Amino acid sequence: MKLEALSFRRAGLVLLGIVLLGAFVFVVVRTGPFAATRVTVMKVEEASVAPALFGIGTVEARRAYLIGPTASGRVLRVAVDVGESVKAGQLLAEMDPVDLDQRVVSLDASIARAASTAAAAEAQRRDALARREVAAINARRYAELGEQKFVSPSVVESRLQERTSADAALAAAEANLAAARQDGARLRAERDGVRQQRQNIRLVAPADGVVTARDAEPGSTVVAGQAVVRLVDPASLWVKVRFDQGRSAGLAAGLPAEIALRSNPARPLAGKVQRLELLADSVTEERIAQVAFDAMPAGIALGELAEVTLKLPPAQSGPVLPNAAIKRRGEQVGVWALREGALVFVPVRLGSADLEGRVQVREGLRAGDRVIVHSESELTPESRISVVESLAGKTS
Amino acid sequence: MISLAGRDILHSWGKFVFTGVGLGLLIGATLTMAGVYRGMVDDARVLLDNSGADIWVVQKDTLGPYAEPSSLRDDAYRAIRGMPGVARAASVTYLNMQVQQGNRDVRVMVVGFEPGQPGEPPYLLAGRQITRSHYEAVADVRTGFRLGERIRIRRHDYTVVGLTRRMVSSGGDPMVFLSLKDAQEAQFLKDNDAIVNERARTAANPSLNRPGVPGLLEAIQASQTVSRSVNAVLVQVQAGRDAEAVAEPIRRWKHLEAYTRAQMEEILVAKLIATSAKQIGMFLAILAVVSAAIVAFIIYTMTLGKIREIAVLKLIGTRSRTIAGMILQQALGLGAIGFVVGKISSALWAPFFPKYVLLLPSDALRSFAAVMAICAIASTLAIRAALRVDPATAIGG
Repeated sequence: MKLEALSFRRAGLVLLGIVLLGAFVFVVVRTGPFAATRVTVMKVEEASVAPALFGIGTVEARRAYLIGPTASGRVLRVAVDVGESVKAGQLLAEMDPVDLDQRVVSLDASIARAASTAAAAEAQRRDALARREVAAINARRYAELGEQKFVSPSVVESRLQERTSADAALAAAEANLAAARQDGARLRAERDGVRQQRQNIRLVAPADGVVTARDAEPGSTVVAGQAVVRLVDPASLWVKVRFDQGRSAGLAAGLPAEIALRSNPARPLAGKVQRLELLADSVTEERIAQVAFDAMPAGIALGELAEVTLKLPPAQSGPVLPNAAIKRRGEQVGVWALREGALVFVPVRLGSADLEGRVQVREGLRAGDRVIVHSESELTPESRISVVESLAGKTS
Repeated sequence: MISLAGRDILHSWGKFVFTGVGLGLLIGATLTMAGVYRGMVDDARVLLDNSGADIWVVQKDTLGPYAEPSSLRDDAYRAIRGMPGVARAASVTYLNMQVQQGNRDVRVMVVGFEPGQPGEPPYLLAGRQITRSHYEAVADVRTGFRLGERIRIRRHDYTVVGLTRRMVSSGGDPMVFLSLKDAQEAQFLKDNDAIVNERARTAANPSLNRPGVPGLLEAIQASQTVSRSVNAVLVQVQAGRDAEAVAEPIRRWKHLEAYTRAQMEEILVAKLIATSAKQIGMFLAILAVVSAAIVAFIIYTMTLGKIREIAVLKLIGTRSRTIAGMILQQALGLGAIGFVVGKISSALWAPFFPKYVLLLPSDALRSFAAVMAICAIASTLAIRAALRVDPATAIGG
């Protein structure tokens, strides 16, 4: 009885020992440096990738107008408010004319006075004309009398001199008249100029558009060129998109685009690259392209953020890898491949890639090769690996 | 020959096993504490490994980017890439911040990197690397983010496209990788209220909002919102080049600080985590001493508990060597069980620690030797007590 109990206990202890030892071995093998790195493996597939470009942009107006005076002045009134649609030629705002109206009145008076002066000059001319006729008749008569020796030559000479003076007086009167008329023309031109200026301080819309800003209110002073009202042409909205230079290969005008506005990212809009700017941004290392909407969406806001995806024509079919598989060892780019159960680092040359992370392999791999995609830690040729279905969500 | 120790253990196996397990849990706690310390140092090393750099170029006279703030212009890398011996150079940003995930927020270190350049996460657990230049993120699994999840960083939503692991800052915060431009924006982008306030403040400044200079205010406000700074430039040297030889001309001619791997490790391990590591080291030392004392006392009291049986053994003429052997064997056995249980328990609970716990086999071996030595020393005390016992107590007591 006693012995039986003892052997039972011994068996229990041995069992406990085995369980402990087993757990110990398990712990040593599964954790720490002796543990195998868990990896996922996939076969390289033959496929064609459809490269795409991704950029961020803002909605801008192709045609925007800053309406302001050409000379400094004070704003008299602003006729429109933000959001109003205006037609070409419509009055938007008016600058204070200050003394322009009074100058017109003053010039009108001057013109009237110039007309009076001209009338007086005309009268003087007629008077000079009459005097010259009398002087001419007298001179002729005395000349005849002088030939017949009825009068002394000095009297004849004095009449001749009178005629010459009357001629000169007529010429002076005619010049006076012309001057008075020229004065009138000058004053009329001056008045037209002031009227033009008066027109110029009326700020009118150069084209149909929508008012986006009312920058100055009546009474405020603005300098020449400063905007009082801003207009945009709502039909000319497009997205100014910035593409990272490093990923802008293939960017060209005419590419179809998908525009996801921040206000409605779930429903992307169709568009097209309208213009590719020759000038890239050297500071941000980006290229800039303008993408126009195929159909102008309603209720779109200027300055709204948009994500733009451009689809490039698909590349030729070839072996394709997920980009998580691509590793870098020193200066070599490659993948860890499983060849006859052994881990080999295979250098590869990569081709085009799409936005879903699939990369085409130009050289180094064939379809059907087994490569490591995900791993728990960085691999070395000596790493022990254990292949699992997936690693996500598991922590250790 | 019959094993006296074995017989005794069989006799009171419950007591023996449970004492061993208790001892084991104590040893497990000590091992874990060592693991916490090692993990802390390892976190720092892994941070350097994962950045894939040989040289860290930072602002002059700073210990950046991990130990001190450092700020460089983001075109600094162009000048560095042209230096002799440089294979690759790329800008990175590091920023500790809270990231919103639904209602909860997670403390992370946001890393901005140029895809395909040093600084990229070297391996993934799931998903893919970043392909779009904006609004995609790769996160460490410790953040609790899932693939395809949308997370909010400052004003923008990012999609988690890949998961990685063991990517932590020197403080243990898990990392979230963004493209450099996004991270720059996140680092310097203020919230909307701050921007509006800032604009109003600028507009209220009469010297910046002068009548007669149209456009000045707009120009100033535009210049306030953009930032072209990064925290460091990671440099990979060409194969066969000495990193120090490449770093020297950068320090001398570019007027920037350049740290090699060894110097960076020195900064991280000796300076940045020195105090907290010492704190844990101190605690570890105390815990080790306390554990050793408890092991010694347990063995001593276990022997004293059997004093009667020992007296009986002596009475029937058992040799002292046999009795000493029994006590020593039991002590070592207890130590062995304790070590095994300790190793298992520490390995089991280590993954649940919020920060990485690194259990090194060399630490385990060392602790095994220490446990065995302590058991042996403690048993000598017990043996002395046992040998001194008067056989008469067997009848007298």
